[in-house]
Amino acid sequence: MEPFVEHTGLAAPLDAANVDTDQIIPKQFLKRIERAGFGQFLFFDWRFKDDGSENPDFSLNKPEYRGASILIAGANFGCGSSREHAPWALLDYGFRVLIAPSFADIFRSNCYKNGILPIELNADDAARLRRQAETRRGFQLTVDLPKQTVSDPDGKTYTFEMDSFRKEFLLKGLDDIGWTLQFEDAIAEYEKKRDALPA
Amino acid sequence: MNAPRTMFEKIWSSHTVREVPGEAAILYIDLHLAHEVTSPQAFEGLRMNGRKVRRPDKTFATMDHNVPTSDRSLPILDLISAKQIETLEANCREFGITLYDLNSPDQGIVHVIGPELGLTQPGRAIVCGDSHTSTHGAFGALAFGIGTSEVEHVLATQCLQQQRPKTFRINVEGGLQEGVAAKDIILNIIRRIGTAGGAGHVIEYAGSAIRALSMEQRMTVCNMSIEGGARAGMIAPDEKTYAYLKGRRFAPKGADWDAAVEYWKTLPSDDGADWDAELEIDAAEIAPQVTWGVNPGQTVDVSGAVPSPDEFDNPDDQKTAERALEYMDLTPGQRIADLKLDRVFIGSCTNSRISDLRAAAHIVKGRKANADVRAMVVPGSQAVKRQAEAEGLDAVFRDAGFDWRESGCSMCLGMNPDTLAPGERCASSSNRNFEGRQGKGGRTHLVSPEMAAAAAIAGRFVDIRSWS
Repeated sequence: MEPFVEHTGLAAPLDAANVDTDQIIPKQFLKRIERAGFGQFLFFDWRFKDDGSENPDFSLNKPEYRGASILIAGANFGCGSSREHAPWALLDYGFRVLIAPSFADIFRSNCYKNGILPIELNADDAARLRRQAETRRGFQLTVDLPKQTVSDPDGKTYTFEMDSFRKEFLLKGLDDIGWTLQFEDAIAEYEKKRDALPA
Repeated sequence: MNAPRTMFEKIWSSHTVREVPGEAAILYIDLHLAHEVTSPQAFEGLRMNGRKVRRPDKTFATMDHNVPTSDRSLPILDLISAKQIETLEANCREFGITLYDLNSPDQGIVHVIGPELGLTQPGRAIVCGDSHTSTHGAFGALAFGIGTSEVEHVLATQCLQQQRPKTFRINVEGGLQEGVAAKDIILNIIRRIGTAGGAGHVIEYAGSAIRALSMEQRMTVCNMSIEGGARAGMIAPDEKTYAYLKGRRFAPKGADWDAAVEYWKTLPSDDGADWDAELEIDAAEIAPQVTWGVNPGQTVDVSGAVPSPDEFDNPDDQKTAERALEYMDLTPGQRIADLKLDRVFIGSCTNSRISDLRAAAHIVKGRKANADVRAMVVPGSQAVKRQAEAEGLDAVFRDAGFDWRESGCSMCLGMNPDTLAPGERCASSSNRNFEGRQGKGGRTHLVSPEMAAAAAIAGRFVDIRSWS
């Protein structure tokens, strides 16, 4: 996994709460057995019209948000299905940072495993940033993970909470499985006791 | 005397291989269920890193999400689906994992076959790359959905890194009205707490109304915990749990059975245990529920009407409601009972078990589906299908003009050919009414299987309490 330390990028707004993973990537694209190449299907039913052409009303299709790497959305982003294809699609499309008042649990965990930083800001701050992304052309944000801050072009800084354990993994791009395997002896010892139980 | 503990705390602490402040806990997993959609990249990850499956005996796989529900002797026409199915077969062969494939008499929806086979047991930590893994919590297990990276992690280590969730007890007390189903309980709960109301929590459903439910009804309740945002849902094991499990293929036998039951009896939450959140619900107040919008929290009583966005206080809820009205082609004030339906789907890991099919068949028997409605019944597993056919339920449905299918997830998520056409309105016994979930442009209303069956006959929603 690519480490995440600092990131500066264009912010795109998605003015919707409860964006579920079925919207982030619809089911017809879950049949692939690869991890790569899902970006083309991101928000498919919102991004494309029935004839396959782009829906010009959808924010990510507007010229000013091409190349965005920070998405600012509403509360409970990523709810629903556990499909990791959702963060795969976001990452492949170019998003490294997601900002929302809250994220669904499984989705948040899936983001961490893929080097995407989900940042929770309070609803007012998230809405303020989203409105600026809507009204100011080329609105860029800088995310500093060691300091746990998001800074806007005017120098206004927002701090966010972050689990210190997950932060370390993101900063160093650590392999989860490798970390757990350090404790293989403890697992084996536990397993011996567990296997001896009747159920 | 130890401090009183919740069932969650007991199961959690008996599964922590390592729990150190400032680190995620390493939680041991007793049972991992796998299916074709969320596992291929996990197996590929193992291969790329030269890793093995630590305990192939603790993972069981089946194919359910993308499988056709038509004649199993025919080839799968969707080549990408076929490839995904073949990939699961190859991966299970390579890594030595038990697979219940399309030709197996044990094939079915992963959350239906786990309990059927007796793999789902009280006190176990159970995971699957599917958010509805919470279903298994009905047995007093800690069961939750995971992503594909975590599937790989479990395969490699038989453990997961987990942050300890909070606890949330929901007490449903008293008797349900006649015709009100387990599905109505959980839809009503989600309507109250919202789709993020359980975020970060494990919910324990308790109270006399929950204890009165059968095991299959309890599974329906726990199944939709994720739709309330919860990490997991669970219900204390009791005599019904033991009676359900006894004699099943993977249930303990002989002296082990007695020892297991003794252990399981220690699991229920202690009196006086602390909860991070609590909610009390009067069962008698719950009416049959119908979702009107595009998330399972957007629910009203069948006797009610489509709400207006300004009835909601929160601006997010108002906006979501406006969008839902447009997508669902509804106007505020429309009576639920006036909504005409094009399709009915009875199936999914929420409501496709034998008791669901019996309840639906009871409504349908001797009647005909409305001429404007196309109805389908998809049993949750081959075992459910065989049992239903032995009881003649398939004939009841067929005689009424319903389509009787092979087992799988089917139109709950429409990964296979079973989908809604744009604009079609469907009464569905499944768990998600998200935009496009059952097919792009399709309009899903979640209901109990009884309500779905009655809607198929009437061609519109009817209050099952007045059905005769």
